[in-house]
Amino acid sequence: MSDTKTAPEAQARKIPAPPVTIESKPFWDAAAEGRFLIKRCNSCGKAHWYPRGLCPICFSDDTVWEESPGEGVIYTYSVMRRSPTGPYAIGYVTLNEGPAVLTNFVDCDFDQLAIGQKVKVKFQATENGPPVPVFSPV
Amino acid sequence: MSIKGQAYIMGAYEHPLRDAPDISTPQIHAESAKGALADAGLTKDDVDGYFCAGDAPGFGGMSMIDYMGLRNVRHMDSTETGGSSYILHVGHAAQAIAAGKCKVALITLAGRPRQQKFGGFGGGGRPGQLTDGPPEAGFENIYGGTTHNTYGMCAMRHMYEYGTTSEQLAWIKVAASHHAQWNEHAFLRDVVTVEDVLNSPMISDPLHRLDCCVVTDGGGALIVTSPEIAKSLNRPKVKIIGAGESPKGPMGGHDLDLTHSGALWSGPIAFEEAGVKPSDMKYASIYDSFTITVLMQLEDLGFCEKGQGGKFVADGNLISGVGKLPFNTDGGGLCNNHPTNRGGITKVIEAVRQLRGEAHPKVQVPNCDLAIAHGTGGSLGTRHGAATLIMERE
Repeated sequence: MSDTKTAPEAQARKIPAPPVTIESKPFWDAAAEGRFLIKRCNSCGKAHWYPRGLCPICFSDDTVWEESPGEGVIYTYSVMRRSPTGPYAIGYVTLNEGPAVLTNFVDCDFDQLAIGQKVKVKFQATENGPPVPVFSPV
Repeated sequence: MSIKGQAYIMGAYEHPLRDAPDISTPQIHAESAKGALADAGLTKDDVDGYFCAGDAPGFGGMSMIDYMGLRNVRHMDSTETGGSSYILHVGHAAQAIAAGKCKVALITLAGRPRQQKFGGFGGGGRPGQLTDGPPEAGFENIYGGTTHNTYGMCAMRHMYEYGTTSEQLAWIKVAASHHAQWNEHAFLRDVVTVEDVLNSPMISDPLHRLDCCVVTDGGGALIVTSPEIAKSLNRPKVKIIGAGESPKGPMGGHDLDLTHSGALWSGPIAFEEAGVKPSDMKYASIYDSFTITVLMQLEDLGFCEKGQGGKFVADGNLISGVGKLPFNTDGGGLCNNHPTNRGGITKVIEAVRQLRGEAHPKVQVPNCDLAIAHGTGGSLGTRHGAATLIMERE
């Protein structure tokens, strides 16, 4: 195992507590239980991200929380090399349900990341806030 | 032109809540918008103009446009004058409609001052307390996004889809440096090579240090006048002949496509109004926060086919006196100046110099009578606003 190429178990960069709103609170409450929720619209049937009270596709207010397995593929990524806490990877995952999700990739060799790679959600602790969804290759 | 009789108020809605502990400020904006649209008998896809003030969470109108999924907005105004903003917005909307810039303008206001007792609103997350800031913040700001890595994500995807290379991107910096060598005020005046760019440290894959713009202090200003005043002044006249604008965002995660920018919409609007085409441009000021920014915008504006930007910028094609499209002849943000990390005004300023024939003689485009200034603000990697301006030497 190469020390320089393998990311630590959890990123060295600490993730700050996410700002939680009254609208997003159910998501973060579920995250604290290790469950990954997305929003789906009962009117047009489409899932969207980030979760909203009104559907950004059709403007219906009939949106419902849905537990997702959090599986998808890497749409794009970039490894930040100039960070005082060491490299970290940011990117988008296209969920199997359709929408793209901004996230960090963890527990992987950053030099092996690739667009199209299959990934799955996991949760990472934050600084005094609920855990946040991050993704790892499967 | 007067606004008199040019526009009508056709929808109005007052949100019924007076104490709203259970819904967010963005949601009140959206519910109000939905109510006004229903009152008018329109849908959100009819909206092509959006107006908001400081109560709208986020960056100008960008967050709320993306939150509501307003896909067809081509005119934006976030003028802030406190509580009077929305009356002023009606006047501005009428001006925009009279000028043909939009047909259906949406103006929203929302806020929850009664809920501040529950922890106060602000930017960052406060453990155990609810906030009421930009709706995307909890789902995006935590991941260490910077300009470098969000634009890096665009470059990575562009390379994946179109085979664009780091060498091609480097040519954009090389061209800017060739111009900056003649600018005594430029922050970086050394001419660099493709190899210099590729050998500079990797900042965020695949962008090297020399793919990035400079960070500088500074400023700029512009004066826009009526034709009558212009005639009375003893300066070359730079006529504004076309303008276009557009937001772009993920819109619920379905419209992400990081290989294109809002220029895809703002450009054609400006060119159509001006009655000219990209190939008519003698000079181009193109926002250059990163090399990839330039490449994507050149494609979206129609200077070349989508995906062909790499070939277009290679071999010095952007160098004045060498290539077909002289760009950023002051050295641009990549070498000259990027005051307070906002490069839009310097793009217009150098275009004005070119059209006046007052650029440095080593980079002045001969007979420069048509020029474009184009920029994007926010992040190409998340959500941004694009603006295109076409100018003509009279």
